Amino acid sequence: MSEHIVPRKVYFVVFGALMVLTALTVFAANIDFGVLNDVIAMTIAVTKAVLVILFFMHVRYGSRLIMLVVVAGFFWLAILMVLTLSDYNSRKWVEQRVRQSTIPSEAGR
Amino acid sequence: MSTAVGAPATPIDAPRGVRFPHVNYLNANYGIKSWLLTLDHKRIALLYLASVTFFFFLGGVYAIAIRLELMTPAGDLVESQTYNKLFTHHGVLMVFFFLIPSIPAILGNFLIPLMIGAKDLAFPRLNLLSWYIYMAGGIITLWALLSGGVDTGWTFYTPFSTTFSNGYVVAAGLGIFVNGFSSILTGLNFIVTIHTMRAPGMTWFRLPLFIWAHYATSIIFILGTPVIAITILLVALERLARIGIFDPALGGDPVLFQHLFWFYSHPAVYIMLLPSMGIVSEVIATFSRKNIFGYTFVAFSSIAIAVFGFLVWGHHMFTSSQSIYAGMVFSFISYAVAIPSAVKVFNWTATLYKGSISYDTPMLYALAFIGLFLIGGMTGLFLAALGLDVHVHDTYFVVAHFHYIMVGGALMGYLGGMHYWWPKITGRMYPEGWARFAALVIFVGFNLTFFPQFLLGYMGMPRRYHAYPVDAPVWQVLHVMSTSGASIMGVGMLIPMVYFIWSMRYGKFATANPWPATGLEWRTASPPPTENFGTTPVVTWEAYEFRPMEETEVIGPGDTPAQPIDGMQPTDGKNP
Ligand code: HEM
Ligand SMILES: [Cu+2]
Repeated sequence: MSEHIVPRKVYFVVFGALMVLTALTVFAANIDFGVLNDVIAMTIAVTKAVLVILFFMHVRYGSRLIMLVVVAGFFWLAILMVLTLSDYNSRKWVEQRVRQSTIPSEAGR
Repeated sequence: MSTAVGAPATPIDAPRGVRFPHVNYLNANYGIKSWLLTLDHKRIALLYLASVTFFFFLGGVYAIAIRLELMTPAGDLVESQTYNKLFTHHGVLMVFFFLIPSIPAILGNFLIPLMIGAKDLAFPRLNLLSWYIYMAGGIITLWALLSGGVDTGWTFYTPFSTTFSNGYVVAAGLGIFVNGFSSILTGLNFIVTIHTMRAPGMTWFRLPLFIWAHYATSIIFILGTPVIAITILLVALERLARIGIFDPALGGDPVLFQHLFWFYSHPAVYIMLLPSMGIVSEVIATFSRKNIFGYTFVAFSSIAIAVFGFLVWGHHMFTSSQSIYAGMVFSFISYAVAIPSAVKVFNWTATLYKGSISYDTPMLYALAFIGLFLIGGMTGLFLAALGLDVHVHDTYFVVAHFHYIMVGGALMGYLGGMHYWWPKITGRMYPEGWARFAALVIFVGFNLTFFPQFLLGYMGMPRRYHAYPVDAPVWQVLHVMSTSGASIMGVGMLIPMVYFIWSMRYGKFATANPWPATGLEWRTASPPPTENFGTTPVVTWEAYEFRPMEETEVIGPGDTPAQPIDGMQPTDGKNP
């Protein structure tokens, strides 16, 4: 199966990259980017996760079936997040609606 | 009709306690160690059968206690706190330790290698490990239930479970957490086996629909179970370390728990149902002597159910403060998921049409499944309607709905499958007359138990209460009907227990293919040898090649090859 032999250098390079990105996270956390705060933190975190999955977990050298399994896992995570957020992000619409609809009815009394 | 490996051609009276004439997985070796350390998927299936049956009966005891309490309007048999524990224990045991593992871990384990022509599952050691993990989870949960008990309901809703409950929430959660890994290992094993171990000629579209159903179930096992594991972990973290995830006072959100819980638990209801649907497809084809109508549609509807089942969880949260806009989306998708289920029902019906039907016990259960699942599924659509659900949410209507599906569907399928493959598993026939009688008793008892609950719920009887008003006498009438139905069903469940055990020693010897059916599992001896097949079978026929019974007797079931495929000598009915 995955008999692929990875040169040791690759591991060191990836490890170095992860360390640099960690330092970057700490550094970025100390600066206020406003709305971009979350975006920057998440981008770094996702990049690190991708490196770990591709190299340390050997997905990059795996068969297409393995790729498919990994992609499916993340796709399902996306389902969980998107539909859950569809609740949280649309709650304020409900509030707006309620506010709009109560005013005329109170005026009518 | 062909016979195989030393099994007699027609059922013969077995003198008391006579051993099997041929070497098979049951008599290949003896002793406790040969069972507890076995790597044979068939023996592991039997280990599961014993332990799952134990949890089923324990869960049943709690059910009886619940029904006894509800016979009278006053909450007089147990205190409300005890009642909370009764329904929680009932739900936890039945859902996590009976319904979810029952068919996959017993019949799936036993049959998947046989049906695809393999010697075993892809990872036999992992398979044994999954049973030990199941037992560990079961023992932890039992310990939690017996030493203190849990009162949250099987759903563990926050903030009650994290902040207020005094029960053994973390311990019970740990048991369920551990048990989840056994599901994941089983699912993984099935997927790899189905991908890599099919016999030559066994293409994807020659697979029995039982295999497709288990493939779909395995997808849910693997993609869903980790989420419930993480959710339980978060509950434990908040309970023990006061980390704010679900508790608003700590900055959390209790509704988030419901999202995470139902992301797993709605798909989990399909874990319980899909394998049953696989069984029904096999049984309907065999006992109407017809090929399944629209095989590919039925196969893909399993996959569609598995995938779309992940998109509807919000229908459990219509009254939870979930945004109505999200509710609309979830409601819509819930209606859509009914389509693949309906495809199956229509295709089974079309298969029955003009079939040459015989009413053996497995068929009785399969027919019961279709009718009861129809009622359960249709009331699911009622519940998925945003407005109606406000009225019936958390009432006995919901209780009736899911019991129609989980007992009327999943359990009926399980019982049908156990009867259908019992001759293969044990090499003995069960007593047909008793079995039909028991099926009838269970069917009547079931409907008497759960149909009144639809009415009760619609009239406003809430679930999870141990008392109800005296001044509505019809409520008590309905509750008494329900309790008496449950007693009838309880007796009905004991009958198979007795005759199955009886038949293991005194039942008639089964032929290799008693029904007769066309799948690979019927082309090896009953019970099969440890290695399943003498030589690797080569598949040259489609999944279902049935002919009407009259023709079958003359020319053999479908394209059954004239000689047994495992290369051993057929016998003339005497012991070799
Ligand atoms: C196919 C197998 C199904 C099973 C095993 C099943 C099982 C369940 C269970 C266990 C519950 C109650 C959970 C609880 O609150 O404790 C439930 C509730 C519900 N089911 Fe099903 N269900 C199935 C199919 C469906 C379908 C097809 C629909 C609709 C398309 C549906 C709609 C609902 C809704 C809306 C509720 C929530 C009701 C409420 O709490 O107000 N179900 N179901
Ligand atoms: Cu649901």
